[in-house]
Amino acid sequence: MSRADLTAAPERSALWTFGLLGSELTTVLRRGRTLALLGVLAAVPVLIGIAVRIETGDGSPAGPGGGGGPAFLSQVSHNGLFLVFAALSATLPVFLPMTVGVVAGDSVAGEANAGTLRYLLVAPAGRSRLLLTKYTSVLVFCLVATLVVAVSGLVAGALLFPVGEVTTISGTRIGFGEGLLRAGLIALVVAVSLSGFAALGLFVSTLTDSGIAAMAATVGVLITAQIVDGIPQLDAVGPYLFPHLWMSFTDLLRAPVYWDEIVRNLGVQAVYVAVFGSAAWARFTTKDITV
Amino acid sequence: MDRTADRAADTGPDTDTGSGMGSGTVIETRDLTKRYRGGQLAVDGLDLRVPGGSVFGFLGPNGSGKTTTIRMLMGLVEPTSGTARVLGSPVPAAVRTVLPHVGALIEGPAPYGFLTGRDNLLRLDRADPTADPRTRRARVEGALERVGLAAAAGKKAKAYSLGMKQRLGLAGALLRPRRLLVLDEPTNGLDPQGMREIRALVRELASEGTTVFLSSHLLDEIEQVCDHAAVMARGRLLVQGPVAALAARARGRLVVTTPDPDTAARVLREHGTGGLAVDGERVGADAPPPDTELADLNTALVRAGVRVRSFGVERGTLEDAFVALTGEGFDVAG
Repeated sequence: MSRADLTAAPERSALWTFGLLGSELTTVLRRGRTLALLGVLAAVPVLIGIAVRIETGDGSPAGPGGGGGPAFLSQVSHNGLFLVFAALSATLPVFLPMTVGVVAGDSVAGEANAGTLRYLLVAPAGRSRLLLTKYTSVLVFCLVATLVVAVSGLVAGALLFPVGEVTTISGTRIGFGEGLLRAGLIALVVAVSLSGFAALGLFVSTLTDSGIAAMAATVGVLITAQIVDGIPQLDAVGPYLFPHLWMSFTDLLRAPVYWDEIVRNLGVQAVYVAVFGSAAWARFTTKDITV
Repeated sequence: MDRTADRAADTGPDTDTGSGMGSGTVIETRDLTKRYRGGQLAVDGLDLRVPGGSVFGFLGPNGSGKTTTIRMLMGLVEPTSGTARVLGSPVPAAVRTVLPHVGALIEGPAPYGFLTGRDNLLRLDRADPTADPRTRRARVEGALERVGLAAAAGKKAKAYSLGMKQRLGLAGALLRPRRLLVLDEPTNGLDPQGMREIRALVRELASEGTTVFLSSHLLDEIEQVCDHAAVMARGRLLVQGPVAALAARARGRLVVTTPDPDTAARVLREHGTGGLAVDGERVGADAPPPDTELADLNTALVRAGVRVRSFGVERGTLEDAFVALTGEGFDVAG
């Protein structure tokens, strides 16, 4: 068979990547497991809202002296929009990234485990194309998961509490419309904050043929990083850890917005994406697929 | 092997220029070797040649390196050394251009349990960047129809029996017209009726000009559907060639049926045949060397007063050849 014979094959479409990406997204998002994770994420703001509502039903301020618990909790009873920020603050340290760890860790290893990876590669999906598609779909999941928390917080907040002008951390007041805009921006920043961890999860996923092992290892890395980040004696390594500046999104609620830490956070995530994305690519494109 | 002859006639002179379907060499490996990281030598210096248009049986016991070979041909495993060409192009370098022409069933089916049969095929087809999205639905339905899975296409694959999953895997290999089908144990898990259907399908595909590379441990399967075969053991290729020629390598048995078996056995022994075995009225012996005139042997029997009811050489089966090649017997050095 000559080469000319082969290249006479149907041309690949200019949109060749998107066929697989669409399939990947519907496959990931339609899975019962993904829906269960998103359902639990949606329930968190509702539960926080109900708890605050019950506690403040007698007119007392929320929280013990308004200090403990996730940030913004004390403002929730005055303005339902703050339930979005409170819910994101509550889920961002562990719960939200944990769901990302499950999806990212399972992305390649789960397919290997099920044997479907060999059929995708023989299709032929192309290794770089498949990996890129996988990472894109994990990023989309990061955004969807964050939006689920935010939207659920917004709906529950609007139903349980009054909404209106927003008092920023700096003490100034901004209109509700502007507040909504900031909430949307915050959701976006939170989702992008998860991109570094998502790349790490993808890399772990290329190392093993067991989806469960990859998920557990990825979530384990997350918890370890959070613990190390919380130990004062290990302050020196803190700034290099991916979760270190995650909470910087609250700076978007200042007037004017304080960008320094947000930008540094995004820089850290970019480094993680570059390092672990390259590692995942190097590993996956040379790996022997024996399952 | 009528089919071999037909096919040879169809494809005309084997010019190796590869201009048309089913001619030339479809799979060719040179000294293909795979040593896994653990040091285990899975495939050792394989020189395989699969002629275009053939139904090629790839035989060998478990662990003989068949699956590793198939994985190297499909670009899933990188050879340690040696080269492989599929449809004329080197693999794994050119897998992106080669594999759209290849349908494969590798080491059993692996559908997404949470997707329906139809959605499984849609996903596979979308993974192939050269597949035309406009004809996707129709091609998926056609493939489901072809393997007899149309009625169950809307069911989730986790509810499928192994046989149905096997059919779904085959449907995945048939999503587009292919020039080469690589089928690893395609009848595993199927009932006898299902096996017949799959074999009929393989013959049908072959008659359309698709080269079929079929690995199996079932000798009669290879003998029923294949015209060429290769035998592997312990990572090495023992022999390859037309099935008829391979079967002929097995030494046939001379069989005489007679009411006088004892006399017959004595006469045969006097004429130097070995491997005598008397079973009731049936006397078996190793077939005499090719230069022996069998009629003379028969005459000798009759002259000795043996009443010969039947006399003849039973052709060796592929199984005899296989047993001889894979270690039980004598001339392993194929």
